[in-house]
Amino acid sequence: MKPRLVFKLLLALLAVFALAVAGCGNDDDDAPAAEPAPAPAEEEAPMEEEAPMEEEAPMEEEAPMEEEAPMEEEAPMEEEAPMEEEAPMEEEAPMEPFRVAVVAPSASNDLAFTQSMFDAVNALVDSGQIAEFAITDGTFIVEDAGAAIRGYADEGYDLVIAHGSQYGGPLQEIAPDFPDVSFAWGTAVDTFGLPNVYSYSVRSDLGGYVNGVVAAQLTESNVIGVIGPIEVGDAKLYVDGFATGATAQNPDVEVNIVYTGSFADVALAAEAAQSHISAGADVLTGSAQMVVGATGVAQENGVLWFGTQANQTPLGEDIVVASQVYRWEVVLSQVVEQVKAGTLGGETFIMTFEGGGLDIQFNDAMDIPADVLASAQATIDGLSDGSISTGQ
Amino acid sequence: MNDFFTVSIIIATLASGIRLAVPFLLAALGEAVGQRAGVLNLGVEGVMLIGAFSAYYAALETGSAAFGLLMGLASGVAMGLVYALITVVMHAEQGISGIGIYLFGLGFTDLLFQKQVGTPKPISGLQAKPFDWLAEDTGRAGELLFSHTVLTYVAFLLVPVVYWLITRTTFGLNVRAVGENPQAADTLGVSVNGIRTAAIVIGNTMAGLAGAALALEIGIFQQNLTAGRGFIAIALVYFGAWRPVGVMAGSLLFGIVSSTVLQLQVQDVISGSVSSIANMAPAVLTVIVLVVVSRRIGQPAALTRPFTRDS
Repeated sequence: MKPRLVFKLLLALLAVFALAVAGCGNDDDDAPAAEPAPAPAEEEAPMEEEAPMEEEAPMEEEAPMEEEAPMEEEAPMEEEAPMEEEAPMEEEAPMEPFRVAVVAPSASNDLAFTQSMFDAVNALVDSGQIAEFAITDGTFIVEDAGAAIRGYADEGYDLVIAHGSQYGGPLQEIAPDFPDVSFAWGTAVDTFGLPNVYSYSVRSDLGGYVNGVVAAQLTESNVIGVIGPIEVGDAKLYVDGFATGATAQNPDVEVNIVYTGSFADVALAAEAAQSHISAGADVLTGSAQMVVGATGVAQENGVLWFGTQANQTPLGEDIVVASQVYRWEVVLSQVVEQVKAGTLGGETFIMTFEGGGLDIQFNDAMDIPADVLASAQATIDGLSDGSISTGQ
Repeated sequence: MNDFFTVSIIIATLASGIRLAVPFLLAALGEAVGQRAGVLNLGVEGVMLIGAFSAYYAALETGSAAFGLLMGLASGVAMGLVYALITVVMHAEQGISGIGIYLFGLGFTDLLFQKQVGTPKPISGLQAKPFDWLAEDTGRAGELLFSHTVLTYVAFLLVPVVYWLITRTTFGLNVRAVGENPQAADTLGVSVNGIRTAAIVIGNTMAGLAGAALALEIGIFQQNLTAGRGFIAIALVYFGAWRPVGVMAGSLLFGIVSSTVLQLQVQDVISGSVSSIANMAPAVLTVIVLVVVSRRIGQPAALTRPFTRDS
């Protein structure tokens, strides 16, 4: 009798837990599908088959949708297309407006790498260049990303953006299977010689250099700490550019660099910040999504912070001085126009200050001396006209 | 470069190592209790994530880190009951079930974070340092010992508590009996399922606490916040030979090696590609010690074996 009682009790508790969990969800995603912003509803769709961790994610929201499958002709519902894997959709594909899918490694609101692309695609949706937009974010497992990329290509998206340098391997395998689909891959400078792959990258060293110049003027201890993830890609460029800028501005400044070895380890980034502070740093910067750990430590210790990839002011209004913001829409806009014109790839785009692709955004709440702001602008001008070099 | 060998830097590095050790210690101590009862839980990472998100979200919504901590613990209890239901009542294969719990925790917390929070929002975590006043009066050693937050002391205090629980109480005796020979324990009237359920709940509660400690210490949540710490905690249970003091030693070793690598980079003693290799040092060291230790001390005999009266 006792085990039965325990069993019933456990079942009851499980039921309560399940109810509580169900209660936590909200129905935001039922909002009109024409607005792509609340992406999570559609983002996991192509992943359904292979990613057990995401299985539970789309269920709640999508269940009602599937019932409505026969109503596919309704225009606002069309962006749900990837979840419907039946053949009939393909008939409509050639007629459809321009559809873009993004596969990215971290959350679409990470205030860093993925958000920079998420915001960019939304900007092009607003401007009307892109009609439909789907995203699968959080695919830090490369195999999952590969499945998502293939899924979107299979669904007939016009442009599939593999937003992560680690996605090169799967993309190289997938792209030849879909010669009519254009792929964009970044940050990278290689198109694998494939006619339907664009690559894009960013001269993050440029904004890093400007941040470094400003940081060197604001440090009092002359010790600056930098927290990088892994010594590759735009993170490395940013870190190197920052160090060059800081020492160019003030050769007495000591720039200490730590790579935590992880894009995701927030706690380690926090400890890296603590290590910098114990070594005397009064200004910190860092790249990648794990820096949210470091900004907390900076805030706690009243240490200034310089951001990159997205405007990181919300992470600490008292400490964030400036952020280098990626505005991928500048590059993306060109890619979209070329794809529309029939050129599906074969070109590499590098984003710089030119055309506003890179932007240094200062925190308005900070009292930054006018001469420092002027030096930042002079540095941007110098980097743009070539009179200043980051050494990259 | 030579700055590394100054007392203040060494103290700061050790203090940093202690802080890094806390989530490992909490999770591994709990897992040790579960494993002593014969239940392997590979889902520690998932439970930590659920504990971390529960604590973060509760603290974000209410502004109370203490309430967040409570929610972290509660989520651990709930996950413990779920895991007990799966493995003890339904006799599911423990390895696979644990992986299921991990994947559930990873996806579920990410989903909830996206839905309920969105952009990472800092919270004021558990920053209170109860013995800070002692640190000022006791110099450098005091800084090492007294400059930590409450949960750090709780974690280290749990080492003797768990030791006492396992070795000096009837419950602990039953846990060990159930982990070594459940059939014999059963014939002596010990409720194998009851003891295992209790051990699982204790283990998961501590995993939930470990996650909560992580989120409240950093003051933020992000997808996959635990970054593999739950799996390392499981390795540290083997490392520590299922004994609380051994688990503590392993956690401290892992934490201090990690903080030393960070500090050596800050001091420019190691840089460039060497730092990438150095970042692997804690894991490599753990594996080496694991191999040496686990050859000498056997695991609980009934570990991973579901119990049924007929078996």
